[in-house]
Amino acid sequence: MGILDSKIPSGPLAEKWTKYKNEIDLVNPANKRNIDIIVVGTGLAGGSAAASFAELGYNVKTFCYQDSPRRAHSIAAQGGINASKNYQGDGDSDYRLFYDTVKGGDYRSREANVYRLAEVSGNIIDQCVSQGVPFARDYGGLLDNRSFGGVLVSRTFYAKGQTGQQLLLGAYAAMNRQIHRGKIKSHTRHEMLDLVIVDGKARGIITRNLITGEIDRHSAHAVVIATGGYGNLFFLSTYAMGANVMAAWRTHRRGAFMSNPCFTQIHPTCIPVSGEHQSKLTLMSESLRNDGRIWVPKRLEDAQAIREGKLKPTQLKEEDRDYYLERRYPAFGNLVPRDVASRAAKERCDAGYGVNKTGEAVYLDFDAAIMRYGSEKALTSGLKNADDAHIRKLGEEVVEAKYGNLFQMYEKIVDENPYKTPMMIYPAVHYTMGGLWVDYNLQTTIPGCYAAGEANFSDHGANRLGASALMQGLADGYFVLPYTIGDFLADDIRTGPIPTDSEEFDKTEKDVLDKINKLMSAKGTHSVDYYHKKLGKIMWNKCGMSRNAKGLKEAIEEIAALRKDFWENVKVPGAADDKNQELEKAGRVADFLELGELFAMDALERNESCGGHFREEYQTPEGEALRDDKNFKFVSAWEYKGKPKDAKLHKENLIYENIELKTRSYK
Amino acid sequence: MKIYLKIWRQKDASSKGKIVDYTMNGVEGDMSFLEMLDILNEDLISKGEVPIEFDHDCREGICGTCSLQINGRPHGPDRLITVCQLHMRSFKDGDTIVIEPFRAKAFPVIKDLIVDRNAFERIQQAGGFISVNTSGRTVDANSIPIRKENADKAFNAAACIGCGACVAACKNASAMLFTSAKVSQFALLPQGRIEASERVQNMVRQMDLEGFGNCTNTGACEIECPKGISLENIARMNREYLGASIKG
Repeated sequence: MGILDSKIPSGPLAEKWTKYKNEIDLVNPANKRNIDIIVVGTGLAGGSAAASFAELGYNVKTFCYQDSPRRAHSIAAQGGINASKNYQGDGDSDYRLFYDTVKGGDYRSREANVYRLAEVSGNIIDQCVSQGVPFARDYGGLLDNRSFGGVLVSRTFYAKGQTGQQLLLGAYAAMNRQIHRGKIKSHTRHEMLDLVIVDGKARGIITRNLITGEIDRHSAHAVVIATGGYGNLFFLSTYAMGANVMAAWRTHRRGAFMSNPCFTQIHPTCIPVSGEHQSKLTLMSESLRNDGRIWVPKRLEDAQAIREGKLKPTQLKEEDRDYYLERRYPAFGNLVPRDVASRAAKERCDAGYGVNKTGEAVYLDFDAAIMRYGSEKALTSGLKNADDAHIRKLGEEVVEAKYGNLFQMYEKIVDENPYKTPMMIYPAVHYTMGGLWVDYNLQTTIPGCYAAGEANFSDHGANRLGASALMQGLADGYFVLPYTIGDFLADDIRTGPIPTDSEEFDKTEKDVLDKINKLMSAKGTHSVDYYHKKLGKIMWNKCGMSRNAKGLKEAIEEIAALRKDFWENVKVPGAADDKNQELEKAGRVADFLELGELFAMDALERNESCGGHFREEYQTPEGEALRDDKNFKFVSAWEYKGKPKDAKLHKENLIYENIELKTRSYK
Repeated sequence: MKIYLKIWRQKDASSKGKIVDYTMNGVEGDMSFLEMLDILNEDLISKGEVPIEFDHDCREGICGTCSLQINGRPHGPDRLITVCQLHMRSFKDGDTIVIEPFRAKAFPVIKDLIVDRNAFERIQQAGGFISVNTSGRTVDANSIPIRKENADKAFNAAACIGCGACVAACKNASAMLFTSAKVSQFALLPQGRIEASERVQNMVRQMDLEGFGNCTNTGACEIECPKGISLENIARMNREYLGASIKG
């Protein structure tokens, strides 16, 4: 298998994880007290991992750039979390969740990892309920479910439109319990700037205290990177403003391979861009597609009249509307997977049917749902002769109970009432399936260095299904890493504390200081945001929803030139030994400028269309993605070799023993 | 729009701060409040000045990081939103806007508009959890049925984003709304009842140790809370606390 050994256990798919857990090395409780683990990032993956490690008895140090672990961007996940509980009795099972996830990922993920994910998914719900996570319930007091894209069952558990918040607060509470016991030392407003490797193993990190600017050394027997995805590469995205790739990228620079960097999820239902001043984009949860119908006008002249403000969408008759998802994909309709829905919106807008000033928006309409719920409510309330206005009012109340916070958020941003007029939406960068390469243990190519949650590449292939990110983050943190990390640490029971006064720490700290000094001394003319916005434009235009070889080649050249300009002409005000948000941003953008180039190279290398990666050269006559399993049924894993253009490509062949590879169809 | 800004500048925790005047031209209604500050900062950087530091992250009203006192009100003039959701259409041409950090003894200023809210962390660490292991070896989720009404109330309390607006709004800088939201969430659920007495006592003790003021029922916290956390939670916490104290 060479250097890319995925370490997938032998045996039948459904028995692999159990068998594996029975065979791995364990660390006895007394020895765990002598072992330290660093966890970088405190979202669902990092927070749940840290709490679980501490509970097992390890000494844990956590790091986050936010002022509290509770503010990690997992908090912003809205719609829900999948689990194969089959509480609805609609035919769900571990296998079906596994199958949907592999198919949804367009057959570019590992069978064994995904099956394990499905297998532990039910436990996540049990765990969270015992922690007091207030999931939505029905009137009988039991848990409620809803549907998400790309599946035909109802397996999504939710807490209004704030599921991520509630799950993160659950993990944060579990962390707090361990902080209280002294088993976790939480470092907030700290950023990891580099990974320290001693004798080939990850043994510590260098951090910057974001309040004082102090550079600190922290050692441990293992390091977990759980710092999320890199979608902020595009400048405009649904990510938090501070979300960045620094920890993952600097780990990559120290030897961890980066996998499938071009696999990015562009989410179909976001609030459209309003102007040049825009700093971020806001998601409208996929759960809205349970009830909202997506459409554009059938006629170009109607679309134009709407754009010019001469026609209102509510004036357009039913037969003049093109519900293009229902038309193209009758089986899944508005609940096709995200990549498919996004491309379909782009296709209509590129053809001139867009409905806002910029021509880049489609409608998400709740009118039918409001009337349907209203009639149902009238019936169950015994109102036999309710008129339309009354039914509408009742229906609006039902919709408000389901999605109230989302509707309020929309109204605040767009200044239009979505109960009365359809929402306008457009795709935006939302998630990155790519990330650090990990084996079945979630270990990177650096021994002792693990990656969890969105920071790794492992479970979603080329496209992630809705409500699966929360599932994966918590599965990695609560139920996978606590077992697999023990297998590595079993060798470290006699190692003793790792000293931080070694040559390796000296050298890594010097690299960090040199980099900061270089940024502070550039004294150029342009702010960090100037470069970040330029990078974002290149990425969106040439590496976004659809890509072609010519554009990708141009992107590679342009990003390299922009990076050179950045290091010569960036202007970072203030001082390095002080609170300095511009310096924080500069370090992050410096890394994005390297990752961007690798991203484009990865997209250029993959001569096929799969999931979120759509290459214009490879499509069917109907415009659907054309996969090439013969040549591209692999995970790309890039090895850092100094400059992005020198990165070396390794391939992990994907083996499908339990699923037959098919053309993904949602028709 | 032309907007006149009066912004609190403070070099660090130990320096004295002061209000500094800035004028912004060409402000558009569709800009968010923080985007207006981004533009001001770009301008300061181009002039070689040190930009204004303020806390922000998700910019969609859920992480609870942003914390500005705008014209004397936490998160500004609109109700039920955070600063990051506030748009400039809420202001008009020629307005003067005063921007300060959240003010409370327990929230010391770190720099400019950024405050230290670690006191909230310590309150949560004192008891804001249910002592259940994360092994996943618990009971099946549906074996704990919960009345929908209680589940909904627990959810409403749990929606707190920990921003600190309640403290900044209160004339006593009390943290009762924040603390009671967590106490309530767990008190309303059967899973949380088991340690309810210890929880409320530990969290209240820590809250008092941090130097937050007492509650005098003015209700300003509820009005300014971006998530509409109800005063009922304070009443529930008082009941829980009293009950726990009597039991000893």
